[in-house]
Amino acid sequence: MDIVTPAYGLVFWTGIVFVILLFLLAKFAWKPILSAVNTREAKITDALEMAEKTKAEMKALQAQNEDLIKEARAERDAMMKDAKETTTRMIEEAKNGAKVEAEKVLASARETINSEKAAAISELKTQVAIFSIEIAEKVVRGELASDEKQKVLAEKLAEDINMN
Amino acid sequence: MKRFLTCLVALLIGSTVFANAEAHAEDGSKKEKFNVSDMIMHHIGDAHEWHLWGEGHEGTSVYLPVILIDGGLKVFSSSHFYHGEVKGHGKHTYLVGEGPAAGYAMSHEKIYKLNGHGELHFEGDHAENIKPWDFSITKNVAALFISFLLIILIMFSVAKFYKKNGAVAPKGIAKFVEPIIVFVRDDVAKSNIPDGKHGKYVPYLLTIFFFIWISNLLGLIPVLGANLTGNIAVTFFLAICTLLVTVLSGNKNYWGHIFATPGVPKALLPIMIPIEIVGIFTKPFALMIRLFANITAGHIIILALVSIIFLNQSAAWGALSVPMALFISVLELLVAFLQAYLFAMLSALFIGAAVEEAHH
Amino acid sequence: MVGSVAAIGAGLAVLGAGLGIGKIGGSAMDAIARQPEASGKIQTAMIIAAALIEGVALFGVVVGLLGLNPQ
Repeated sequence: MDIVTPAYGLVFWTGIVFVILLFLLAKFAWKPILSAVNTREAKITDALEMAEKTKAEMKALQAQNEDLIKEARAERDAMMKDAKETTTRMIEEAKNGAKVEAEKVLASARETINSEKAAAISELKTQVAIFSIEIAEKVVRGELASDEKQKVLAEKLAEDINMN
Repeated sequence: MKRFLTCLVALLIGSTVFANAEAHAEDGSKKEKFNVSDMIMHHIGDAHEWHLWGEGHEGTSVYLPVILIDGGLKVFSSSHFYHGEVKGHGKHTYLVGEGPAAGYAMSHEKIYKLNGHGELHFEGDHAENIKPWDFSITKNVAALFISFLLIILIMFSVAKFYKKNGAVAPKGIAKFVEPIIVFVRDDVAKSNIPDGKHGKYVPYLLTIFFFIWISNLLGLIPVLGANLTGNIAVTFFLAICTLLVTVLSGNKNYWGHIFATPGVPKALLPIMIPIEIVGIFTKPFALMIRLFANITAGHIIILALVSIIFLNQSAAWGALSVPMALFISVLELLVAFLQAYLFAMLSALFIGAAVEEAHH
Repeated sequence: MVGSVAAIGAGLAVLGAGLGIGKIGGSAMDAIARQPEASGKIQTAMIIAAALIEGVALFGVVVGLLGLNPQ
């Protein structure tokens, strides 16, 4: 039948048109289009790769930063601990020093007090002795003011001596 | 050659003058019974005129140039046939040429030489007269030119966009075309042609894809569409192209598979070799038939559905036939793409088989 | 008469192709449901297989057209 028999005229024209079309498109359309698309794709791939790389770098940097921070924190902690210890020690030392000093002061004060006391006591003793002698003098003077009294005293003394 | 081309262009332009729709009031015109088969065959077939509307001499058509090689080149408008004398009847009707077409007659869009009695001699359905070499710009050739111009226009403007803007994100028509180009490159070429050898074939596959697709779509336009990709001559040539590309790019491995299929006993080779050789031709043959039959079938279905109205001589049937024809038309839009994709993909598959390296 | 017989033949070819393509489509659906991530590859394989069957059916249609005689 007609419709399944290729007409040579149309085959001929199809051939000419298709070959020209193929040539023109390949040369002036597909080449620039595909090269542009490929370039863009390469660009995008590059950009993506770059982004990935940057991301990895950022990650590394971040990790580094974190390490640094950790280190710094540890250092700070150590320093704090050190400082605290020093303070405690200093306080302790100061406390101890003060105690010793205070004790020293106390001891010297005590000594002074004691010596003063002793001095005072000796003074007092002397005074008392003086007073006693004076009193005794006075008493003796009174006792011995008359012969009778002297006699009585003598007797008394003699009595005492006897009793002994 | 140059004169020939000038002549051709002049004729192409000159013949676009519409024929005058002469009001031939045929008194008591005998209403012929509407013949669906004839109408459909006429529409899907090729013609020497681009018929737009109307019947016979009252119709409006663009008369296309007739180019005959018969003892020298003869170029004239086909109106010399269509306005000529109608002879014979029924299947044996033919139009006798006049003026520059004198001495020729046209029957069923085929041009014959008149015999000594100035008539065609029919034997069965077909005239037995001598046929001159007919390289006329038929309706399909004109449609071919239109497809060609449209594709060139689209693709060159896309190429211009990239030339002007460099490798940037596409805009305008490039935005529409680029994904399809990338689709053909990646999903048709790259995934079917192995070992990274697809680059060389991408231009061919792109051209064949867009040519078929755009021609399919143009063919679907009512009134103005021609059944270009539904013509076996066109699909024949496209299949020949794929056959040539496949055979010419066949490597040692490919021919080895044909002439010494691995794993086949030597005794079987006399049977296998002819089968394999036939296989080289059946693949493109199937391509040719597939495209032709799919597109033609689409046109036939739409025409048949529209014919329901005329068969029943009642516009009321339009309520049934128009929605159905519309549905099929929309389906054909899908088929237009699918067939272009299939043709390109199967071509890529055949080429891929031809360039594939042996895998051990 | 030849046309009618050819049409019956074409119809038979279409019947076979319809069954075949239906089976391919069904199997492809199954496969896609089972492995949605491979749907692209399955679709391609499905279209190729369908196209090959369709090719055979179209031969039937063409034979039908060969038998069709314009009145």
